[in-house]
Amino acid sequence: MSSEFFIPDPEGQVPTAEGYFGAYGGKFIPEALVAAVDEVAVEYDKAKADPEFARELNDLMVNYTGRPSALTEVPRFAEHAGGARIFLKREDLNHTGSHKINNVLGQALLTKRMGKTRVIAETGAGQHGVATATACALFGLDCTIYMGEVDTQRQALNVARMRMLGAEVIAVKSGSRTLKDAINEAFRDWVANVDRTHYLFGTVAGPHPFPAMVRDFHRVIGVEARRQLLERAGRLPDAAIACVGGGSNAIGLFHAFVPDTDVRLIGCEPAGHGVETGEHAATLTAGEPGILHGSRSYVLQDEEGQITEPYSISAGLDYPGIGPEHAYLKDSGRGEYRAVTDDAAMQALRLLSRTEGIIPAIESAHALAGALEVGKELGKDALLLVNLSGRGDKDMDTAARYFGLYDTDAEVAADGGAGTAEIEGDAK
Amino acid sequence: MTGNIQLLSDTLAKAKADNRAALIAYLPAGFPTVDGGIAAIKAVFDGGADVVEVGLPHSDPVLDGPVIQTADDIALRGGVKIADVMRTVKEAHAATGKPVLVMTYWNPIDRYGVERFTEELAAAGGAGCILPDLPVQESALWREHADKHGLATVFVVAPSSKDERLATITAAGSGFVYAASLMGVTGTRESVGEQAADLVRRTRATAELPVCVGLGVSDAKQAREVAAFADGVIVGSAFVKRILDADGDEAAGLAAVRELAAELAEGVRRVS
Repeated sequence: MSSEFFIPDPEGQVPTAEGYFGAYGGKFIPEALVAAVDEVAVEYDKAKADPEFARELNDLMVNYTGRPSALTEVPRFAEHAGGARIFLKREDLNHTGSHKINNVLGQALLTKRMGKTRVIAETGAGQHGVATATACALFGLDCTIYMGEVDTQRQALNVARMRMLGAEVIAVKSGSRTLKDAINEAFRDWVANVDRTHYLFGTVAGPHPFPAMVRDFHRVIGVEARRQLLERAGRLPDAAIACVGGGSNAIGLFHAFVPDTDVRLIGCEPAGHGVETGEHAATLTAGEPGILHGSRSYVLQDEEGQITEPYSISAGLDYPGIGPEHAYLKDSGRGEYRAVTDDAAMQALRLLSRTEGIIPAIESAHALAGALEVGKELGKDALLLVNLSGRGDKDMDTAARYFGLYDTDAEVAADGGAGTAEIEGDAK
Repeated sequence: MTGNIQLLSDTLAKAKADNRAALIAYLPAGFPTVDGGIAAIKAVFDGGADVVEVGLPHSDPVLDGPVIQTADDIALRGGVKIADVMRTVKEAHAATGKPVLVMTYWNPIDRYGVERFTEELAAAGGAGCILPDLPVQESALWREHADKHGLATVFVVAPSSKDERLATITAAGSGFVYAASLMGVTGTRESVGEQAADLVRRTRATAELPVCVGLGVSDAKQAREVAAFADGVIVGSAFVKRILDADGDEAAGLAAVRELAAELAEGVRRVS
């Protein structure tokens, strides 16, 4: 094996040549993009077969990203999870602060191989946007990032980071002004500028080959974690747990464990204010099969196929679709998906901060909240692996408002009730 | 009850026999209201349009520019449903006897049910559908039901389409071929791309189907340019913009789209 960190799926069972994972996936795109999307597929196949591509990507992953990422056991946090042992896969320690860089470097190399000089991308929390702006700075590519206006406000720090890196950030004002609308606008740009532009898609959704290609670039997460956990704990985990928005960090963690049928694969979706309230983005829990952004998967929609507006406190999970491979894992029963509320995620965020000195992204905090539940369900002999997909610096404004951490908020928050419970009371 | 694919073909053939291009207008259903939308379509036919495409508004119109996005948004906020789209097709066709198509994205039809949708569209007197995000390789189920109900499947081709792919698309399509004049989303443009004439020529080399050109055409001058090399001229955003500009004055909006249709109908008659 010439490559240690770029490890495309060796099984090759899914997707099919047409990009189908069972009933999900495919290529529902306008004719104007067919040639460009086909070009990505052809170039990616060529790159996979080229040892030079693997060598270049490996070099970047080691010397730029800082792979392998650490595996950290969190015993003080785990005391709140029924005594289970919990290990965190530290994708938050990658350069740029999340797992997103894995995919971005791979696609940036591909962009160069295709001879394109401009990159566009969508971003929700801004992590994919920051990673993309970073790679564009590194490779000298023009960069335009589409971000919903709501998200530019709640993730203002990341907007500044992207601009510092030289990217143009466009605030999208259509629809719900969040991730879905940023993707719509990026597709409109791509149709008009496809000659010189690559759409560096940030998750395992979109038309084929994006779901499989983005998964391949993130497979390293699970491959590393599996090896690290075998060394450290001497066995495979009872469950691998990750947050799910579009699903890229989750598929990256899960994929190496798919053949290990004793390892439960648990995705944590954003329940927002509660699935029953309708204000959520729990696509696999509450959605129905449909087509959004180029592929068939589960979608939050009404009975006439109009996409409904999602909600989550986490900008990175606030999306009414989900990658098709997750839909396939759900239907086949291999993957399990549960919904985690804003409040549960925020409590887990604070709990990890105060017990382990690690401030997670709000996205990743959904997985941590899921781990607290799963640990209690499985009891003290359980061994859990959780993907800590990103760090929480970008979320400090949201968290400070939620918990009343600003001096001027303190008194208001003390009366606020929700979300201000003490840690002891949290882990229920 | 069978759909009106034949009426569509006859209408395009008649325009050709008259040595002119056909004028095809697009207006979304439910915009500004369901009844207002029906009145606008009648006005456009009255002004001289040969065919109308009725838009079924979608929450995520990724191939539409700001003008049609705004119209879709108004229609959806107004609560437009697929039943309203069917009523729009039915009344517009019944009042004029002219061919009426539906243009929309794939998810609303997939969710509604292809069988139910095609059956209802045929019963309403519809002539077919344009589904710009349903590429030919994903279209087998749609075509099976469209064929069964006498509905045309109008595929979009783009300047980026390679010749081999054009042949695949035109072999599967019916009614006409929608040639996108440029690489981009809907909206008015200063000029129609030079790529359009080349695309029409390459498309014609693969099939007998009429080739109609859309995207960016907004006035009589552009219509005349396009009519010189295409079988039909498709205009959407310019009509929608006239209604938006009328700012709630329904009579003014209807007069404006009727007037634009008349100008464009003049434009598509090649000999000036």
